[in-house]
Amino acid sequence: MKTSLALFASLFAACTAPLAAQDMAIVNATVVTGDGGEPIKDGVVIIEAGRVTYAGAPDGRSFETDAVMDVNDAWVTPGLFATVTTLGLVDVGAVSQSNDQGAGGAPFGAALETALALNPYSQHLMVHRAAGITRAATSTVPSASIFAGQGAIIDLDNDRSPVMKADAFQMVALGERGAAIAGGSRTASHALLRAALREASMVRRPMPRTHDIEAGSDVLLGSFDVEALRHVVTGEQPLYIRVERASDILQALALKTDFPNLDLVLVGVSEGWLVAKEIAAAGVPVIADGLDDLPSNFEQLAATQSNIGRMTRAGVTVAINAGGLNHARRLPQVAGNLVALNKVPGATGLSWGEAFAAISSIPAKISGMGDQAGVLQPGALGDVVIWDGDPLELGSIPTRVYIDGVEQDLTTHQSRLRDRYKSGPKGAMPKAFDW
Amino acid sequence: MGAALAGVAATATATAKDKDKKKKDDPPEFVAMTEAEGPYASTYTPYPGVATALVGATVFDGAGNRIDNGTVLFKDTKVVAVGDASLSTEGYRVIDGAGKFVTPGIIDIHSHLGDYPSPSVDAHADGNEATAPTTPDVWAEHSVWPQDPGFSRALANGGVTSLQILPGSANLMGGRSATLKNVPARTVQGMKFPGAPYGFKMACGENPKRVYGSRGRMPSTRMGNLSINRQTWFDAINYANDKEAKRDLGKETLVGVLKGEILVHNHCYRADEMAIVMDMAKEAGYRVSAFHHAVESYKIGDLLRENGVCSAIWADWYGFKMEAYDGILENAAFLHQSGACVVIHSDDENDIQRLNQEAAKAQAAGRRLGIDISDATTIGWITLNAAKAMGIDAMTGSLEKGKMADVVLWNGDPLSVYSRPEKVWIDGALMYDMMDRKRRPVSDFELGQPGEGDVK
Repeated sequence: MKTSLALFASLFAACTAPLAAQDMAIVNATVVTGDGGEPIKDGVVIIEAGRVTYAGAPDGRSFETDAVMDVNDAWVTPGLFATVTTLGLVDVGAVSQSNDQGAGGAPFGAALETALALNPYSQHLMVHRAAGITRAATSTVPSASIFAGQGAIIDLDNDRSPVMKADAFQMVALGERGAAIAGGSRTASHALLRAALREASMVRRPMPRTHDIEAGSDVLLGSFDVEALRHVVTGEQPLYIRVERASDILQALALKTDFPNLDLVLVGVSEGWLVAKEIAAAGVPVIADGLDDLPSNFEQLAATQSNIGRMTRAGVTVAINAGGLNHARRLPQVAGNLVALNKVPGATGLSWGEAFAAISSIPAKISGMGDQAGVLQPGALGDVVIWDGDPLELGSIPTRVYIDGVEQDLTTHQSRLRDRYKSGPKGAMPKAFDW
Repeated sequence: MGAALAGVAATATATAKDKDKKKKDDPPEFVAMTEAEGPYASTYTPYPGVATALVGATVFDGAGNRIDNGTVLFKDTKVVAVGDASLSTEGYRVIDGAGKFVTPGIIDIHSHLGDYPSPSVDAHADGNEATAPTTPDVWAEHSVWPQDPGFSRALANGGVTSLQILPGSANLMGGRSATLKNVPARTVQGMKFPGAPYGFKMACGENPKRVYGSRGRMPSTRMGNLSINRQTWFDAINYANDKEAKRDLGKETLVGVLKGEILVHNHCYRADEMAIVMDMAKEAGYRVSAFHHAVESYKIGDLLRENGVCSAIWADWYGFKMEAYDGILENAAFLHQSGACVVIHSDDENDIQRLNQEAAKAQAAGRRLGIDISDATTIGWITLNAAKAMGIDAMTGSLEKGKMADVVLWNGDPLSVYSRPEKVWIDGALMYDMMDRKRRPVSDFELGQPGEGDVK
């Protein structure tokens, strides 16, 4: 216990019943606040009524708490924030019945609402909670329409209501994917996007009627989709634009000329470093794939692992894209790789603090949860993760995860399989009796 | 003309007999090279190198040993000696490796670089001859595009010096694999690993039955998968026993497997299916070298050990398809605990750049359960074990005297996320140097394009 911290603990570990919010002080921690700064040794984190009231070096303050947890130098961080994911929308990717990621056969695009399809008991939510992700942006992906629909901001706690904000953002695909959906050319996706926004900005009539829905393949934009875009045109709902090529990025930014109220976020952005100054000047944040370095297609010939570092140096706000990973739980690994990049002459990485911010406070801020999630600071949500090592290092995992100050059960299908088979592949009785 | 014919008529019978005799004894007019004569032979020869001594580094030799403050000497394409600081470095260019680490060149046993190259446009999709459920007649090397920029990323970011290019998994029998040295070349022959045996790709489960079942043809079930496989093996056995059989490209590959000259690499996720495949191998009389993907290997570590089959696996992929639903982080650690062979593979143009990191994650999952797997053993998962399963372990995969000087100098612990390959040698030639921007391959495709020669 730090002598400089005057603790008046009223109860010691007596009420550590899981799944209930508790006030606590975590001491002797390597504290990461998530705001871009470097880790703080011998730090303290205080949680009261489900919120952070203090995080940082011990400053001699006094407080009362239910419990003091001495974590013995362990790393303590805010919960990670993953964006843009499909968490909660899919059980098994290749099992179409269990997969709500894309509505390729639907007559809707922009009107689709992710929040309605979310499964709070999805194994992927559990697996990612156990990996330290406590909040996420999640959305369907563009399928029948260039518009993905309206994504949601979710928490990953154990209760049955993951949605924090439904219809939080709209997503649209430009570039090669958008072109393919819109009719085979970028010209078509731009014409469609601009027409849709123009129409949405002029909508005066009441809600569209069901006979406005047409299922024909020629219909690129139904009335309900237009209705959904009204909040995009006014800037109330951010528009996430999936785009990779430098010229496509500039065209996306140029939308603001005709639609000045748009609240843009760029997603993907593999060639962002080529136009980083323009992105920074536009003040548009970016959710970028962290380690793409291959010319996977003609819209990302200039892809490099230095993309995020170079954009960050140019003043762009950049989060690491969770959607570009095999699984969002690799976010810390990607962040760690960007730190390693600093040692490569000619490459541009991130500092440790910047890298951590790119998977915590920055995605939270882009998702409209600045100062609330992805940070440990007074007033922030009590999302705290205690790790068994440097959280960006390979193989480090959370030992405890708190969401809104509530300790989370980290059991998953995977952990149960692990426990069943850790005694060896075979037992005296079939494994089926071991549960 | 007429006179000549008349003269021949009297001895017509004798002449016909002579002609028959001639047919049997004389060489035929048209003859293809036989398999034994090695068509499409490797033209690779090592590039120039200098005698090099790496000193002061922590050495993981790939065979499970660790030497602190070690010395690695290589010269004339071969490893000369590996030992402690007492080894003489006279006559060698000395590179100070203090604070750094040395491993053998990393080996990826499962890659599609070249046959699914970047850019991944339809015109480049050359990995699955998905027009028949068994295509043992195709060879992956005939699809490899040597200009795939992915090779250079695997080298520079992953320290990969050898890799096996496999056909895809649409087919039950996908064809022959190609084992390559990760050197830039104009031709695939210029990359082929001299002396490496061929591999043979097979696939269990969902993919073949989905691809062909969706076309209303066999196989549409797992039992259909097995039926076709078994009949194909029986046909190959009949072919092998038939001295009069006409040459058959596919059967030559299958017979190569039966003879043990071609190594089977079987894409298979589920434990129960792997057990069936091992019985099929016994039935038909061949060996499975490695199951690939094998996310459920941990359920049958004992069977895999007894059958001597390696599992080439990911560290953390799971849940993307039904047969991957039971993937767990502890797969490698549990296999290790069972005494079964572990190989960490990529099957991915991105993960091949970080096989060391995948191995580290798999090691850590064991550590959390008290399964202590040494760093040196973990490095073996991406070096010597891969080489063994590919049949090239006598030539590479570990730092041992006389082996190919395939060497990576890392700027820190290769099992840390904060480390990168600093220098990579293939057969003693320096093919990548992080500190020298020109010592980095740039493929023809990338010339004159945005980002040419960037650090990537």
